[in-house]
Amino acid sequence: MNVATERLIQLGLLVAILGGWQLGVSTGVIDVFFFPAPVDIFNQIVNWVIDPNFYRHVTITLTETVLGYVIGTGLGVAAGVWLGLSRSAARILDPFIKGLNAIPRVVLAPIFVLWLGLGLWSKVALAVTLVFFITFFNAMQGVREVNPVVLANARILGAKRSELLRHVYFPAAASWILSSLRTSVGFAVVGAIIGEYLGASAGLGYLIAQAEGNFDAVGVFAGIIILAVFVLVIDRVLDVVENRLIKWRPNAAEEKTA
Amino acid sequence: MALAMVKPVAAATVEQPRKAMVSIDSVTMSFGTFVAVENVDLTVADGEFLAIVGPTGCGKSTILNAIAGLLKPSGGRVSIDGNPVSGIQNDIGYLFQQDALLPWKTAIENVELGLLFKGVATAERRERSMMWLAKVGLKGFEQRYPHQLSGGQRKRVQMAQALITGPKVILMDEPFSALDIHTRHLMQNELLRLWQEERRAVVMITHDLEEAIALGDRVAVLAAGPRSRVIDSFDVDLARPRDVAEIKLDPRFMDLYRNIWASLRGEVEKSYERRD
Repeated sequence: MNVATERLIQLGLLVAILGGWQLGVSTGVIDVFFFPAPVDIFNQIVNWVIDPNFYRHVTITLTETVLGYVIGTGLGVAAGVWLGLSRSAARILDPFIKGLNAIPRVVLAPIFVLWLGLGLWSKVALAVTLVFFITFFNAMQGVREVNPVVLANARILGAKRSELLRHVYFPAAASWILSSLRTSVGFAVVGAIIGEYLGASAGLGYLIAQAEGNFDAVGVFAGIIILAVFVLVIDRVLDVVENRLIKWRPNAAEEKTA
Repeated sequence: MALAMVKPVAAATVEQPRKAMVSIDSVTMSFGTFVAVENVDLTVADGEFLAIVGPTGCGKSTILNAIAGLLKPSGGRVSIDGNPVSGIQNDIGYLFQQDALLPWKTAIENVELGLLFKGVATAERRERSMMWLAKVGLKGFEQRYPHQLSGGQRKRVQMAQALITGPKVILMDEPFSALDIHTRHLMQNELLRLWQEERRAVVMITHDLEEAIALGDRVAVLAAGPRSRVIDSFDVDLARPRDVAEIKLDPRFMDLYRNIWASLRGEVEKSYERRD
């Protein structure tokens, strides 16, 4: 099947779903209280997008997401590489890490609010706890799976420890780390949104919570769609970064488009 | 038989006219209770090409790793050019059986690694790497990544990578066993040509007796493992430069082959018995 046909089918599916939905609403089959009309949702989104006030919320959520993401992945990569290299440290810390990872992150939100207040940082902290473990486990695995022959070769060629890190461990772990960086984006957003949802005065999560409080399903759906677009945009940016960074990998580009 | 000047000599008592580059003194390599090789004595003179043959699983590679400093012998001493080996050695070149190139670096970046780690300036590094890539016949392939090169081409890059720093000793662990027969002959000739230009001490591990005779100055035979040791050593007095494919038709080559095989066959059979 060629690309054009596939695109056409995709478009057809979208039209069928949204059209059917809209039709169901206008014929009264679907209750707008629970499933508001697509047209209304679209209008709500447009209203938000043209309202300059709306960007304050986006900016806040974006800031929380980015901070949580950067801090969480930074700590995750550093800790993962360290524990990947040091087997004894990994063995000692293993039960603690497993224990911490077993805690459902959402229950931490009230504690973070208690510690850090209702502002930005309680959301950042929640995002960090979600993001950290994903990158941490991937970075550790990536470092451990370095090809021992390649490692021995680099050492014989005279690489010192810092050079091994730079020329062998990091590039070898890069594909693991990068794949975890992409999964983490979603979690960073989840952390920020849940934090806002549970207690905040601004942000996309706050908007959704407010709409829900008013039984405004249109606002909830519009918020969800905006969030999805938000994540897709960040994901796209990372896609570009990833292909830049690991151009040495066979078929990196082909696999992506396939 | 008159032409074949073959005389088996005990490895420990071999007399070297040139200075010893690698000395292995009663080395034992063990892993836990498993003893791979026991009391191995070998001396490789400067500029000598020593080939070590033995049945699979006889611990050939562990000897090489002991010379490289990748493994620590549980008994005995290894020294290179008079200096005892402790820890990873940097004045050796190691040609691995597997792909040992860094897959995230281009051919030229791989070749210049040794110089980079030694702190050679960028311009000189580039120039010498370009020269070495040309030397192994890969001019124009500088910017290719390993996955964009064929198996033979990757071996060439590995050769350049191992030899560019001018190591005192070159270690090879069945370097061509993964290549098809034609590529293998090509690479063996290439290796001989490079080695002939600048003779270094070479220790090559192989299970291919033809390869050992065609390339080596001397062939040492290891016993079947565990507790493997050197059981025989044969001087190969075939004229150089050699052509790997043609030398196999030389009657003296065949005599050598027959003699060494007589010694090796028993060990190969033993190793199969132990495994079954």
